Amino acid sequence: MFVRTALLVLKKDVAIELRSYEILSTTLFFAVACVAIFSFAFVKEGQAAEDAAAGILWIAIAFSGTLALGRTFERERYGETLKALLLAPAPRPAIYLGKLLGIVALMFATEVLLVPMVAFLFNAALFGRPLLMTLLLLLGTTGYAAVGTLFAAMLVRARTRDVLLPILLYPITIPVIIAGVRGTSALLEPTPDEALVVLWISLLAFFDVVFVTLSLWTFEPLMTE
Amino acid sequence: MKALFVPLVVVAAAMFVYAPIAIANAPYESTMLLVQKVFYFHFPAWIAVTAGLVTCGVASAVYLFKGSARADRIGAASAELVVIFALFGIVSGSLWARKAWGVWWQWDARLTMAFLLELIFCGYLLVRKFGGPGAEKLAAAMGIFGAATAPFVYKSVDWWRTVHPKTSVMTSLTSTPGGTIMWGVVWFCAGAFLLLYVALLIARMRLQDLRAQIDQLYLAAED
Repeated sequence: MFVRTALLVLKKDVAIELRSYEILSTTLFFAVACVAIFSFAFVKEGQAAEDAAAGILWIAIAFSGTLALGRTFERERYGETLKALLLAPAPRPAIYLGKLLGIVALMFATEVLLVPMVAFLFNAALFGRPLLMTLLLLLGTTGYAAVGTLFAAMLVRARTRDVLLPILLYPITIPVIIAGVRGTSALLEPTPDEALVVLWISLLAFFDVVFVTLSLWTFEPLMTE
Repeated sequence: MKALFVPLVVVAAAMFVYAPIAIANAPYESTMLLVQKVFYFHFPAWIAVTAGLVTCGVASAVYLFKGSARADRIGAASAELVVIFALFGIVSGSLWARKAWGVWWQWDARLTMAFLLELIFCGYLLVRKFGGPGAEKLAAAMGIFGAATAPFVYKSVDWWRTVHPKTSVMTSLTSTPGGTIMWGVVWFCAGAFLLLYVALLIARMRLQDLRAQIDQLYLAAED
């Protein structure tokens, strides 16, 4: 029942997104624009500053993630469908999990295009260790989206949600961003320090567990008026 | 609570009057000498922050699950005090860093996390102020997440190798002659800061109680 509900919510979100590609295309375009702006700041005489690629990648992920989160729940608010979802006789944490999976899928789809672009533009060896890189991205995105989904869902009722989402989300998720950036830049070294990367990955996994548990725990009372 | 306020303020004031004397009389730490005296107020400030964090986290959780308005007020008052004491801790730490490391700020793990903590609780206050109706619940979620990240602030030193003198000052305090006196002064100051924290908490809670009463009266007058 629990998993089925979560998967149904995910299926609904994917179906809506596949009709229009609205969030995916706008998020992706925003991420590309972010990369462009940051490259102007960090590229000197045709050479990117050391470690810039890892930072730019994660900044683009975080910023475009906020956009995706905001839009996803704006759509729910507009159709008053979030209320309908919450009224459904289904466990609320399952609804949260479904929304979370949808956001992670969306952000990961953006990353699938964003990572090759950063690798190409900054001549960064992001594909040297594909497994480690995928783990970093997946765990980092999950941790970021876990907090993001909870906050975006509870901000649906607030008037100033567009401003408040980044204000609340960034300070809380910065540990995830730190681990993501440092892990990625360890991968980009001429000889990647795999032990260090694994340390950051396990740290990310730890953050994910903490954030997802806290979110599942607080979702129900937060969404009850 | 109200009855406790005056005695608390008196005791805290007396302790703060005596603290400079105790600090001046404490022996010098072997490597940092005079600069190390910042520690006597720096460390207690972070103890007060810790107390505020735990209170805010627990109060937020109680408010969220039990809906008690009192817990909400405790949480809000604690968050304000966390912002104040953390600011004091960051400023005093910055002064110490200028003398000990030669820079005002270092992007060391613990400093970064302290900075984040300050941001999180400023966020808490912003949400409460501008979140509109139901903002208390949003703030409570922020309080729970903020308190949950606090252990990372403490553990971060062990995870990342840093320049922060956690181990060095603590162990050298114990090993230098007169170390027990120095620790005594540190804990005396920590006690003073904690009393100040409780006194301020009571004062802020009283203010919020009065605000809630005024709102009630306005509502009653409108009917």
